[in-house]
Amino acid sequence: MTEGKPLDFTRAITSRLGGETIIHCYQCGTCASTCPVARTTERYNPRQLIRLALLGQRAEVLKGDAIWLCASCYNCQERCPQKVEVADVIYALRNMAIREGNIPAIYIEFATGLVSEGRLAPISKFLEKKRTEYGLPPLKPANMEALKAILAATGFDKIMFKKEGASP
Amino acid sequence: MTSYALFLGCTIPARQPHYELAARKALTKLGIELVDLEGATCCAPPPIQSIDLETSLAIAAYNICLAEEAELNILALCTGCFESLTIANRLLKEKRELREKINKILSNAGRKFKGTKEVKHYLQVLIDDVGVNRLKQNVVKPLNNLNVAAFSGCHLLRPSELLRFDDPERPRIFDTLIEVLGAKSIPYKNKLRCCGGLLRGYADDIALAIARDKIVNAYNARADCISTLCPFCFLTLDLGQMLIKTTYKEEYNMPIVHYAELLSLSLGVEPKELALDFHKIKVDKILEKIG
Repeated sequence: MTEGKPLDFTRAITSRLGGETIIHCYQCGTCASTCPVARTTERYNPRQLIRLALLGQRAEVLKGDAIWLCASCYNCQERCPQKVEVADVIYALRNMAIREGNIPAIYIEFATGLVSEGRLAPISKFLEKKRTEYGLPPLKPANMEALKAILAATGFDKIMFKKEGASP
Repeated sequence: MTSYALFLGCTIPARQPHYELAARKALTKLGIELVDLEGATCCAPPPIQSIDLETSLAIAAYNICLAEEAELNILALCTGCFESLTIANRLLKEKRELREKINKILSNAGRKFKGTKEVKHYLQVLIDDVGVNRLKQNVVKPLNNLNVAAFSGCHLLRPSELLRFDDPERPRIFDTLIEVLGAKSIPYKNKLRCCGGLLRGYADDIALAIARDKIVNAYNARADCISTLCPFCFLTLDLGQMLIKTTYKEEYNMPIVHYAELLSLSLGVEPKELALDFHKIKVDKILEKIG
């Protein structure tokens, strides 16, 4: 199922932060051969993912499971002879998928932590007490006012929480 | 005395106080003053980058602004924080258009990224400000040839184009810093490969299979412990062994120890002063070997 012309999707990717280098891929497979995830599961192969994207398979790429299986280890990006920033391209694809409402539940948890506490791992009462016992200084609170202003300016809330598909 | 803005991040202070405690004790002993920043937030690591790269750059830049205002360079403990902040710092220093775009966002929070400060991982601080020779002189309790499987985690080294920490294929800094404490940094299979930690919560089975490889490879190389720098690697490998036990019915009992803990012990900090009960896999074997 190809929606629009293949190049439309490529252009959409290259115009995004992180996606610029996808067009240099010549399918050598260095990324897949160095990928710790690809050798563990058949659900993920970075070379195939890049190929699908360049063929304009927008739905398969953005609604699929593969883009969420990159472990962000950057082995592929480090070793790509064409200097395709593979891990960054995958971030760009995830950014696009999320805008279309394809958001794995765990990412909603991350975003909720950020928006409500300014931290991905909020501190518990138990840990607060432990910190005092160990003589560690109390954890200084995040500046939520500044963070909210930044999130409003980038439209983060709208990206994350407006879509129907956004419920966990 | 050299001062740094200590960037704690989210996971270390809220989940791994043993890391923070060891790092504060060791660095203070070595004459590094750590200043806690007011108002710091999450560094915006891969989970937030996955949602929106621009937002994560802006959040990282905001935190760098706090250090710029305090006129201090940043010292990061967490490898993830080191990566997010370094990438933002380098990109914004080097790409004017991007800097202007991010500064427009930051103006809403009354901030401006100037690009006047450095972000350093604490290992870099040990090399640059303490120095290997002085560190060696400060070791009062050498680690007695402990066999350490060094595991720096991905984001200390890669993407090397922006992190510029060490040779990404043949790194030496971490190994040197282990050996200066009187331990051995042993070779083991796939030493530089990922722990799989960032897949936890989305594909737990795959994450665990990758973590298991790491444990098995260190075990087969007869490591006394795996030494980590990143709280996610620690969690993935330490708690991971509990999950390996239930999922694979295998038991390795491989202690996972943050380098800051080894450093503290070698500098003469008593084990009871460290929060070693936060380890799921007990570290008694190591303490015995060190003596």
